[in-house]
Amino acid sequence: MAVDDVSFEVNKGELFGFLGPNGAGKTTAMRIIQCVSPPGGGSLKVFNMDVTRDQRKIKNLMGVVPQENNLDIDFSVYKNLYVYSRYFDIPKKKAEQKIEELLDFVQLNEKKDTMTDLLSGGMKRRLILARALVNKPQLLILDEPTVGLDPQSRHVMWDKLRSLKKQGVTIVMTTHYLEEAAQLCDRLVIMDYGNILVEGSPSSIIKEHIGTDIVEAENTPEVIACLEGSNARYEQAGNMVQIYTNDPHGITEHLFSECSLDKITARAATLEDVFLKLTGRKLRE
Amino acid sequence: MMSYFALPDITPRVLKVWMRNRDVFMTTLKVNFLPPLVEPILYLFALGFGLGNYINEIEGVPYTKFIAPALISVSMMFAGFYECTFGSYVRMYYQKTFDAIIVTPLNIDEVIAGELLWGATRGVINASIILPILSIFGLAVYPHSLLVIPFAFLAGLMFSCIAMCFTAITPNINSLTYPSILLITPMFLFSGTFFPLSLLPETVQYIALAILPLAHIVIVVRSLMSGIIEASLLLNIAWMLGATLLVFLLSINLMKKRLIV
Repeated sequence: MAVDDVSFEVNKGELFGFLGPNGAGKTTAMRIIQCVSPPGGGSLKVFNMDVTRDQRKIKNLMGVVPQENNLDIDFSVYKNLYVYSRYFDIPKKKAEQKIEELLDFVQLNEKKDTMTDLLSGGMKRRLILARALVNKPQLLILDEPTVGLDPQSRHVMWDKLRSLKKQGVTIVMTTHYLEEAAQLCDRLVIMDYGNILVEGSPSSIIKEHIGTDIVEAENTPEVIACLEGSNARYEQAGNMVQIYTNDPHGITEHLFSECSLDKITARAATLEDVFLKLTGRKLRE
Repeated sequence: MMSYFALPDITPRVLKVWMRNRDVFMTTLKVNFLPPLVEPILYLFALGFGLGNYINEIEGVPYTKFIAPALISVSMMFAGFYECTFGSYVRMYYQKTFDAIIVTPLNIDEVIAGELLWGATRGVINASIILPILSIFGLAVYPHSLLVIPFAFLAGLMFSCIAMCFTAITPNINSLTYPSILLITPMFLFSGTFFPLSLLPETVQYIALAILPLAHIVIVVRSLMSGIIEASLLLNIAWMLGATLLVFLLSINLMKKRLIV
């Protein structure tokens, strides 16, 4: 999958998200930032250095949490971190110190000598996070860091990311969990077919594309006819109609009085609503 | 065409990859020692002391003495070849070890070069295990035979590079059986290992020397272990150096084409 027209800027200390359906080009974008895939055209600068020229320098300042777990199954938790810190030329003493610190940070100190294939999914992800931090990166790239995790593990991961951000680490992540993006990201982009569709803070994106609230009613010809006469912005989603609004009371009253409806729910608009509105409801395989 | 033999971008960081593989090797030390320890002894007994009873002499030496150098040579070949086919493929495809390393300051050239160096080292390890065993049976002349150990590095490297070329183009792990059965097994049997090349028609002999890397290894090791070292060995070593350089460059470039999309 390729990226077509993608231009973005991530500020220092920011938590920046890449969202998009499967095949949107998120992982490709991540691989270019990581200096692993060359950009087909155009240019990308990380820390003001060119990804096609200063790869070693950039990678030295960067930590990566990949989509797939790629821990060394032949090594213990500790040894995984130790071998990885060797790749960064970190002196032994320093590495040992840093590893202790990181094991505390990701709460794996008791599992130090465990072989990695005996860890739970959440522990593996936390170990990979620790591994991405052995070189004290200024930029952390995470490709779907919480995929497949239970809610507890996911929240621990979120805590860790927030505390890294507080320490001044710039974070770029992709995720399919829109609630996660809304909770964590300062700014984000939604991508599709290799292009960026929107960019902004979660709340501003929601406000701009949906409004504050969504009113949902049954999708019947009567409701549609009634809405047509009321210049409301709405979308049909299966057997529901979603009305985008900044005035949920007004529209609800209108539906009650004019359209004689009884099944109506109003709720706050979410990033997921924007996502589906912009990228459609068609399955991507 | 040139892009298949482009010079790789390599720094001493290659050793970090080598160390990673060494560390894994050390965690499973006992089982790693078993094949190079047991296999040559089995061959030595079955072929040397068993079948060898019916053979008076080959090229002026007893049959056990004839096959002993071949057993070490074959072991160098197996070490490099299997390390960098099945071993490297598992690390590349199933364990995603390469992916984990190339987001650190190392690049893919260095990862592959590190793998190749490790494959060569496996050749040295195998030779170091087998040589003393053969020496117990009086099948090695010293000190000349000691040169077999450093030579094993070149032999192991050559087969590691050949192996890595196949790893770079194989569609899946099962297909690695093709080079294993169609290339390595015939080479194992027909490289002057268990019968002398001189039995073959002259043209076939030249073809064998031109295309069978193992034939050169066997000639060199046989001569070192018998203590008779001739200048013509330089030709064999030159052939190996040339071939190794070509497959070294080719394997790294093929791997780059496979992994960097």
